[in-house]
This record gives sequence, structure tokens and C-alpha cells, in this order.
Amino acid sequence: MLHTLLIDPLPLDRLPVSISPISPFRIPSAMTRLSSLFSCLRLPAAFAGGLIAVALSLGAMLPAAAQANAQAPDEFIRILSTRVLDQIKQDKSLRSGDIHKLAAFVDEAVMPNIDFERMTALSVGRNWREATPEQQKQLMTEFRALLLRTYAGALTAVSDQQVRVKPLRAAPEDTEVVVRSEIVQARGEPIQLDYRLEKKGDTWRIFNLNIAGVWLVETYRNQFTQEITAKGMDGLIQSLAERNRKFAQAAKAS
Amino acid sequence: MNGLLDALRACAVAVFLVLALGACASTSGPGGAARTPSPADPLEPLNRGVYAFNDVVDEFFMRPVAVAYDKYMPDVLQLIARNFLSNLYDPYIGLNNLLQGKPKEAISDIGRFLVNSTIGFFGFGDPASDIGLQKHREDFGQTLGVWGVPTGPYLVLPIFGPSDIRDGVGLGVDAWAGLINRFENVPFRNSAAGLTVVQARAQLLTTDGLLADALDRYLLVRDVYLQRRRNLVYDGILPEDD
Repeated sequence: MLHTLLIDPLPLDRLPVSISPISPFRIPSAMTRLSSLFSCLRLPAAFAGGLIAVALSLGAMLPAAAQANAQAPDEFIRILSTRVLDQIKQDKSLRSGDIHKLAAFVDEAVMPNIDFERMTALSVGRNWREATPEQQKQLMTEFRALLLRTYAGALTAVSDQQVRVKPLRAAPEDTEVVVRSEIVQARGEPIQLDYRLEKKGDTWRIFNLNIAGVWLVETYRNQFTQEITAKGMDGLIQSLAERNRKFAQAAKAS
Repeated sequence: MNGLLDALRACAVAVFLVLALGACASTSGPGGAARTPSPADPLEPLNRGVYAFNDVVDEFFMRPVAVAYDKYMPDVLQLIARNFLSNLYDPYIGLNNLLQGKPKEAISDIGRFLVNSTIGFFGFGDPASDIGLQKHREDFGQTLGVWGVPTGPYLVLPIFGPSDIRDGVGLGVDAWAGLINRFENVPFRNSAAGLTVVQARAQLLTTDGLLADALDRYLLVRDVYLQRRRNLVYDGILPEDD
């Protein structure tokens, strides 16, 4: 690690991806705030729905209104990431460094926007199709817990950052796109944050994430493949479950 | 006579020792024969040996020093040290930007050095960032990459950690050409080099948890390193086939 850092240290103090123990309990105050967050997120869709009703009666406006119904992927990322940052900035309990609260928040605000099946399948790689449906389900559960821990750890670093979504380079009919964004902070270089998205019906789901040039799925794939080669699919599930148990226990103890 | 080059020479000796160790360790490494070799890492058995060696050095020396530095050094002094060292590298970063055909960035880097060395009081502060001169992250390994030099096999260097053949050469050039090496005062030069390493390790303390969580730390570090370096060479805009 030192090599890359000798010339100019990666600003990891601003982007700690540290892992701390968590447990999945929820915070009522965070919940109420979250429900208001979600009502905000649903608003544009409801508004578009109203538009369509008007447009239907007017006839000529239909194409434009139908387009407004499906959110653009860059808009989806802009709203999601701005909401997450704003929520943490406004809520003192989320900034107290309490990883449990952050994890509960991530579970509510971020996780519903991720396609876990696809993300897990890509991380497991070619072995995914050979796994039984039961094994696939277990893998998704354990991988989810792992990601929740990682993501919540990263969010402990939120302070004065803003999100800047870069112009989208995709055709309107594309169902798989990369949205590029960066975390801009008062000092230091912006941190690159890219998402791979797929369209599911009218909404977008994230299935891969790139932090400072490193894709999440690609980072897990070789480790997972090696574990499967050495210990089989159940061996990988067991290894992941063991880690998750260890962190859950450490969380209880703290 | 020359602290950094001496250190590199000592490392070269360590390489031979560790390669020998690595050859022994590889037969009993995790995964054993079941490992799937990666095309980017044909030297994996040797690399795992060096990695294990680095891990021991880190556990018993580098990490404790970094933890103590982080604990006892006031945050303000840590920031000043970081700014000061960062400033010393800016002219060299500018030179690399120039060699990569990015004169605008190069001028900005020189501007940073001039502003921070004067108004920023010997680089203790970073007023250049406040007036929009952004810090860049360049080194000679990246410059070689921009020139089209392939990375060659992944290579774990003793003490210095993850690298590849190209970046290893780059690191040598960086150590030789950087402004720190231009100082005639040997104690200052060695202190600055030492401080660079300690504060770099201290900044990495937050990632130790992530490493501890990995199924195979060696693979995690390797796959992160290779992706990150490729991304740096392309300044974040990878070609479409990626």
C-alpha cells in the first residue's frame, strides 16, 4: 500500500472504509426521518402520474409526459446521494459515529436501491449458476451483511461533502448505464464515485459501485472464486457467515 | 551518503532473502494447489512470500509506530506535516504532468508549490487549494503508463508493498528525483523520508478493519492495487472496453 502513498497519500482520512461492528437494530427517530425521505423520493413519480392524467385529456402532451414518468439514471443517483448526504448532515445521531444507527439508516435508505441478486451473482462469478437456489439465497444474505458493514463504515466520514453528478453519456433507450459522480469536499481532490445501473421497469437499480477507481464486484470476485475452489460453495457461505457472526458478536459486546 | 538509495539497496538485499522464503512459503500458502492463477500475477507464489514478510514487519514495526504517531501527535501537527511533505512533492508532480502532456495541470502544480511555500509558510498550510489550485496525484509509474509502457507482472516489494514491474521502476525514479532527495542535509532528508512513510501508514490505519474482514488479504490488496493504478493512469476515464 505504501508505494501509491509515497508521492501523494490517498486521502483515506477523508474516505475511511473502516469496518466497525454493527447490529441491525433500528432507530425510531431515524425511521420517521426516513419515511419523510421516501415520501420526497416518491413525489416526482406521483407528480408525473398527475401529469399523465392531464396529458391524456389533452392528447398532444402525452409523449412528453410519458417520458417524465421514467426517471433518468443520473437524476436517480443525484437524488439518492444528495438525500443520503443531507440526511446524515442534518441528523446529529447519525454523525455521532454510532455505526449501529448508520447501518440502520443505510439499510433503509440505500439498500432498497441495490439489485442484490445481480451484485452477488457478479461477485461470485461463473460459479453462481452452479449454486442451488438455497445456496444463492444464503450467499445474498451474507453478502448483504458484508456490504452493509462496509458502506456504513464509509459514511462515518461524512462532513462537508457535496455530490456532483457528471453528464450522462448514454442513449435514452439504454437499460444499463454507468453514472459517474464525485464527492466534492472543501479541501482535497474530489473522490470518484461511479455506479453501474440497470433499469427495472420504471426505476433504476444499482448493481456495481466504483470508489476511487476500484469496482466493488471485481474486488470480491477473485477472493470468492478462490474460496469456492478450495472449500466449495458451502465453504464460501460458511466463511462469510462466520465473519458476519463475529462482527455481530463484537457489536453486542461493545 | 544517500539515505533513500541506501534504503533501496537494503531492500534489494531483502528481496533475495524474501524470494527464498517465498519459494518455501508458497507450497503451504492458503488455497495451496487449488489456487486459480491470475494472468496479471504470474509471480503469485513469490509475491505471497514477500507479502507475508511485509505483514510481519507491519504488525511488529510499521503499524505500532503509525498508531503511536496517530495517538500522540496532535491533529494540527499531523496536518502540518502532511501539508509540508505534500508540498515538497508538488514540483515533481508538475514535472510528471508535463511529461504526460498535461501542461495546464503542470502549471497548476508549480503554482501550488509557489503559493504554499510562501503564503502557506514553507508549505505548512495549503492556501493553494482555497484559491482553486487542486492537488494532483501523479508519479513516474503513471507517466510510464501514459507513454504506453505495460505494467508487467504484479510485484510485491519488500516494505514498500504492492507494485508491478513498471511501478517498481517508477518508484525508484520517484525516490531519486523527488525534491526530498535534492536536500543536501542528510538528517533532514532522512527525517522527511521517514515521516513520509509513517504518516502514509497512519493514514491507512482506517483501512485495517477492511483488510481484517477480507477472505484473503493478499487478493484484496492485489485486486484493489491493480484497479486503482489503472484508474490513475487514465485519470479516472477508462477506455470503453473496460
